[in-house]
Amino acid sequence: MSEMIKNALGREIPKYIEGIGELKAFQGAFVYTPEERKAAPRISKATPDMNKIVENIRRSLELCGIKDGMTLSFHHHFRNGDYLVNMVIHEVAKMGIKDITIAASSLQSVHEPLIEHIENGVVTGIETSGLRGKLGEAITRDGILKKPIIIRSHGGRPRAIEAGEVKIDIAFIAAPAADHYGNVNGVEGPTACGSMGYAMVDAEYANKVVVVTDYMVPYPASPISIPQTLVDYVVKVDKIGDPKGIVSGATRVTKNPLELLIAEKAFEAVVASGLVKEGFSFQAGTGGPSLAVAQFLREKMKAEEIKGSFVSGGITGHSVDMLEEGLFKTLLDVQCFDLKAVESIKHNPNHMEMSASFYANPHNKGCVANQLDIMIVSATEVDVDFNVNVITGSNGIIMGASGGHSDTAAGAKLSIVIAPLLRGRLPIVVDEVTTVITPGETIDAVVTERGIAVNPRRKDLEELFKAAGLDIMSIHDLKDVAEKLTGKPQKIQTTDEIVGLVEYRDGTIIDTIRRVK
Amino acid sequence: MKKLRRTMLFVPASNPNMMVNAPIFKPDCIIFDLEDAISLREKDSARDLLVEALKSIDYKDCEIFARVNPLYTPFGEEDVRALVAAGLRNVRLPMSETEEDIKKLDTLLTDIEKELGLDNGVVKILGAIETAKGVLNAEKIAVASSRMIGISFGAEDFTRTIGAERSKGGEELFVARSKIVLAAAAAGIDAIDTVFADVDDAKGFRKEVESAKQLGFAGKSVIHPGQIRTVHDVFTPSQEDVDKAVRVINAIEEAESKGLGVISLDGKMIDAPVVARAERIVTLAKGAGIL
Repeated sequence: MSEMIKNALGREIPKYIEGIGELKAFQGAFVYTPEERKAAPRISKATPDMNKIVENIRRSLELCGIKDGMTLSFHHHFRNGDYLVNMVIHEVAKMGIKDITIAASSLQSVHEPLIEHIENGVVTGIETSGLRGKLGEAITRDGILKKPIIIRSHGGRPRAIEAGEVKIDIAFIAAPAADHYGNVNGVEGPTACGSMGYAMVDAEYANKVVVVTDYMVPYPASPISIPQTLVDYVVKVDKIGDPKGIVSGATRVTKNPLELLIAEKAFEAVVASGLVKEGFSFQAGTGGPSLAVAQFLREKMKAEEIKGSFVSGGITGHSVDMLEEGLFKTLLDVQCFDLKAVESIKHNPNHMEMSASFYANPHNKGCVANQLDIMIVSATEVDVDFNVNVITGSNGIIMGASGGHSDTAAGAKLSIVIAPLLRGRLPIVVDEVTTVITPGETIDAVVTERGIAVNPRRKDLEELFKAAGLDIMSIHDLKDVAEKLTGKPQKIQTTDEIVGLVEYRDGTIIDTIRRVK
Repeated sequence: MKKLRRTMLFVPASNPNMMVNAPIFKPDCIIFDLEDAISLREKDSARDLLVEALKSIDYKDCEIFARVNPLYTPFGEEDVRALVAAGLRNVRLPMSETEEDIKKLDTLLTDIEKELGLDNGVVKILGAIETAKGVLNAEKIAVASSRMIGISFGAEDFTRTIGAERSKGGEELFVARSKIVLAAAAAGIDAIDTVFADVDDAKGFRKEVESAKQLGFAGKSVIHPGQIRTVHDVFTPSQEDVDKAVRVINAIEEAESKGLGVISLDGKMIDAPVVARAERIVTLAKGAGIL
């Protein structure tokens, strides 16, 4: 094994990995400064007589010059309803191609068939925001992939693509609607998913771009999210996804009393911070308790006639309600989460689509995350240094996704983690998280049902919370309260084998994921 | 000063999650249920679980009750023995129909206290009245033992025994609820109102809590943490009442320090019921955090 070095969080990082290359150790959230130039795709040529329509996926692969060792990219706007990743890799396997790297903005449990393709050597590399289900188990427990997967955040991925660290040979874009010349939008057709934000960077930087759709519209598509100038081929198939897995009918606010209590405490903390004022911006996850925080905020804004600037991130019907009620000026949307959000982005000009780079890339000239005032994030585990894990479960297996967690935590003026202190018999505040996704220096406070811990770096915030009479305690006390009820959990038993690298948004390695025994 | 028992939150003793988390919602009391919420085949395991919970979890200011199985079932006596040994000090006895029911429990408790070397009478009883017969015997039940700290009303079984349907208006319960309040008041103990089953009907719930307060109940049994705040809210006295109560208490203290027998405030005499009411309001105000 390669020589190991300790990064700024004390995590052991290999200096080099065969097939991936030299690794940079994480030095701090804002320390690393890139000095390279941006990468660029090959120049194309399109003559007036060229026909972009191709009869099937196989033909598009042939035309793109598919060969062993290539990197294919995919987006996850279809979430667990995606058919395209499996369709394309199945075709690649049938052609006898090997050694493919999948660079996806995220993978879901629907992508379980990849296990077989990994075992057969068709797929030898995976770069993603997260993994779920059996694929996560096969990689973390069974070690089916020789090369570690690379976990990137939603901002880190466009950064890596623009920097040329991810060289996409062919980008496959699942398109809810497309015209014959490759213009794509996400708001029409049976698989309408709204924003196409995660696919935009792929289209811009891949050498070849293939649009796959089951819903052709007359030229020119309107609106256009991904333009013809970036697209090589268009493939029409019968079905590219299952609408049921793509967007939910309506995302619901939690009714669980414990989650509501946590949300209420988080809301009080947000108010105590003094940031809820005219022109403020806000983002929260789309889980039940996060939505509940937004709901409390909405009532306050109505009662006090406060008008905010924007809500960003994954957008739900609840954000749409706040836009339509005039509580926020704008929605900045990288991904729609329900049908109401899809309808809204289609019709409301103040509901704006944004690319993943615009949203969260730390190495462009300014991303939306940097303009956030308040961010509410969740956690699978938080440790006494405020580091957060959202990727590996209590058994050490990859079951979640990095998402925009570290990006928004770094960017926002106030980033609050909300989590129950106990999940079943597991304490959530621990000595050391299994895997660090978000470094503690970017987290300001942890809100649980049994108390709020403020990061000692934020003395100012602690004073404000104290003045508001909030239930604050040290993170160590919070951990003790949890452990008193649950006992101290045993450490997860792992081997030395590294099955995953967690890349921080700036491209440095913040942690590794070891194979579970 | 009397304990606040505005809310008694039912928690099935088979749900470890709720057993750990219940105090976070700050009910005045928690009732761990071994009776209706627990199926026959789980009676032993739930009891074991509750014994461990009582030994290991610090419930701080929350007053802990257990609704044991009736003593005429094969589980009742063992419930009481195991739980008192684990530290339980308040037993809620379901289906209290006669003073004999209470006396039986009283005798059992005296026996257990002796065995464990506890002071006689440290374990208290809350009698749950859930039948027509129980309602008619309420006065006797309320004074059946010096351990009595309250009687509670269970409307679900009660309506069944009188052959009525439970309605949102609650007309069928009016006499029974009033009788229980009177019996408790005469005995100087608390009357606790019945549960409200429709947890999604916030409006209906508030109305029922308001009527409970109006009738004279000290508190209400609740089945969902979401109901707690409404009860506490309804039972929070107005600022005007609090101010007046504080003046009454101050006047008494002043009179006592001066050795005066007759106490008056604003030219009116303060008698015992006025004092009791003032004390109750001050307790409620402190519980609500407004004093």
